[in-house]
Amino acid sequence: MGLQSYIEQRKADKSLLVMAHVVCGYPSFEANMAELEIMAEAGVDLVELQFPFSEPSADGPLFVRANEMSLQNGTTVNDCFEFMAAVTARFPFKVLMMGYYNTVFKLGEEQFLRRLKAAGGVGYILPDLPIEEAGSLHALSAELGLEPIILMTPTNSDERLAQLAAAARGFVYVVARKGVTGSKTQMGDDVAALVARCRAHTDLPLGVGFGISDRSDMEYLRGHADMAIVGTAALRAWEQGGAEQLRQFFSDLVAA
Amino acid sequence: MNLFDFSNGKEGYYGQYGGVFLPEILQATVNELLECFRQCKSDPTFWAEFVELMQNYSGRPTPITHMANLSAHLGGAQIYVKREDLNHTGSHKINNVIGQGLLCKRLGKSRVIAETGAGQHGFATATMAAKFGLDCTIYMGAVDVARQRPNVFWMENMGAQVVAVQDGQKTLKDAINEAMRDWVTNMADTHYVLGTACGPHPFPEMVSWFQSIVGQEARAQMLEQTGRLPDRIYACVGGGSNAMGIFQGFFDDDVELIGCEAGGHGAGSSLHAARLAYNDASVGIAQGFKTYFLQNDQGNMNETHSIAAGLDYIGINPILAYLWEQDKVRFLAATDDEVREALKLTMRTEGLIPALETTHAFAKAIEEAPSMGKDEIILINQSGRADKDIFTVAEALDDNKWKEFIKTKAAQYQQERQ
Repeated sequence: MGLQSYIEQRKADKSLLVMAHVVCGYPSFEANMAELEIMAEAGVDLVELQFPFSEPSADGPLFVRANEMSLQNGTTVNDCFEFMAAVTARFPFKVLMMGYYNTVFKLGEEQFLRRLKAAGGVGYILPDLPIEEAGSLHALSAELGLEPIILMTPTNSDERLAQLAAAARGFVYVVARKGVTGSKTQMGDDVAALVARCRAHTDLPLGVGFGISDRSDMEYLRGHADMAIVGTAALRAWEQGGAEQLRQFFSDLVAA
Repeated sequence: MNLFDFSNGKEGYYGQYGGVFLPEILQATVNELLECFRQCKSDPTFWAEFVELMQNYSGRPTPITHMANLSAHLGGAQIYVKREDLNHTGSHKINNVIGQGLLCKRLGKSRVIAETGAGQHGFATATMAAKFGLDCTIYMGAVDVARQRPNVFWMENMGAQVVAVQDGQKTLKDAINEAMRDWVTNMADTHYVLGTACGPHPFPEMVSWFQSIVGQEARAQMLEQTGRLPDRIYACVGGGSNAMGIFQGFFDDDVELIGCEAGGHGAGSSLHAARLAYNDASVGIAQGFKTYFLQNDQGNMNETHSIAAGLDYIGINPILAYLWEQDKVRFLAATDDEVREALKLTMRTEGLIPALETTHAFAKAIEEAPSMGKDEIILINQSGRADKDIFTVAEALDDNKWKEFIKTKAAQYQQERQ
């Protein structure tokens, strides 16, 4: 089943899905597994596993540090794929690779996609790979049944949104505001207008991310978007209060 | 040779190097920049305004100096130097910065941001921002802030805000990442004045264009002063902007072009920043473009080292990577030790004080000049001067009298506080 069908099926029972995020190897793979356990209990629908990179220029401070610490711990691409295989074997949610294009480039596009497929991943998010540079990767992905997740942003023109929509598969990641991950987004008319603009260009499900941090954000997104994307806020909860606080965070978040 | 007509249909590519690898949120901003740059490049009044400003504000054209004593001492080729060190703020960096400042005005943006390693580019950007009335934020790795206080002092006094970046290795590449993060947030009113000919298209082309004033002048001056073109040109290469600047004047001539990288502790030491001269770098994508990077097999960047902070960078200008591959530019590396010796020799024989970055080019010219004929000519691009970097140079030369002076000064400040 493709990612789009999976999301549509899950949406039959839920008004708003949740995608969560984990930086592989930070603070450790054991901790990652504990975090994912909590996410699964909360009914998270999709998870991005971020492969750490030394120059994470699209990430905010918390993830930058997480990338750095993970690499200091010695995390390799191989470790990340092995971890992904363990995760997809254990949990019901679907898994995406998130990272930067150099990780893919160094491994080789085909090798990367084959390993992603073998590890049970369904697609990938590469924020520094524009569609102009993604031709060969997207073509290979289509052959292998893997889905590139495309970002639509508030600065895109309608013409550009149409180009992005043509390349998008699975769902569209709507970036709620300018900036990097991690700071608070004021949910309001701007976000609603952006989602509506994106909706005009694609029939794919829309996930909204960047700055989603609590239940009021979720309530706002319900009816506008298909999925809320939660990253930094969850990591912050884990860093502040470990498993207990993360469990609390997700149960608050998904409480209808 | 026209590198910038992109006749292969791949805009922004030089062979397989270059391109644009940025988050989607910047797509419109980079397009707007590219469009504005294309207009400026095709508008002769823009270049005329630039040249006039460089004359009135920065002292262009910079002269060419014959180093008769050094040439005689080495007993080989005649060595000439293009004096970019005589620019306002002490290096070629001002060429790019003034150019981008004029472009920023056309873009209608009120704020500039920049990264800086040694502080030269930050210093030049702060100068331009003060002159053009722009708000200015400079990102600088915390390690560099600690070792380059004089440049930070000048930037702050010119009204710039200097942000010490605490991520990663806390040096130049981390400052670039942080500047990018500012740009993805504030692009509506902010122009990113990238300091070297790296990063996403159109920066390599744009920075090279502003720096081409160096090569244009140098070619005419060499013909006027020596009656012919040089046989070899040496330029240091960090990101590659001063080398691109001078080399461009001679692409269609029979002149050997030599890029001099930071050899640090030498080949095989891993403590260096030589991307092409040594065998440690490989092709990758980072910081918005594709080129040779010093990285591991996982694609994560390595720590780099140089005696000269301005050369201490993981990647190289994509145009130079391409020209190297085509055998049009030869690459060498000078070690920290060779640089120290070359600096001492240049100061004593000529009374010139090249920046530590620049001295990498001097070191390689000094090494090769003796095996050349007395009627042959070397031209070195003296991209910057070191007299204002006295703290760094005194430390590099391990000068005990200077250290004593600093101790006395520190004790005096301590006493005043009590």
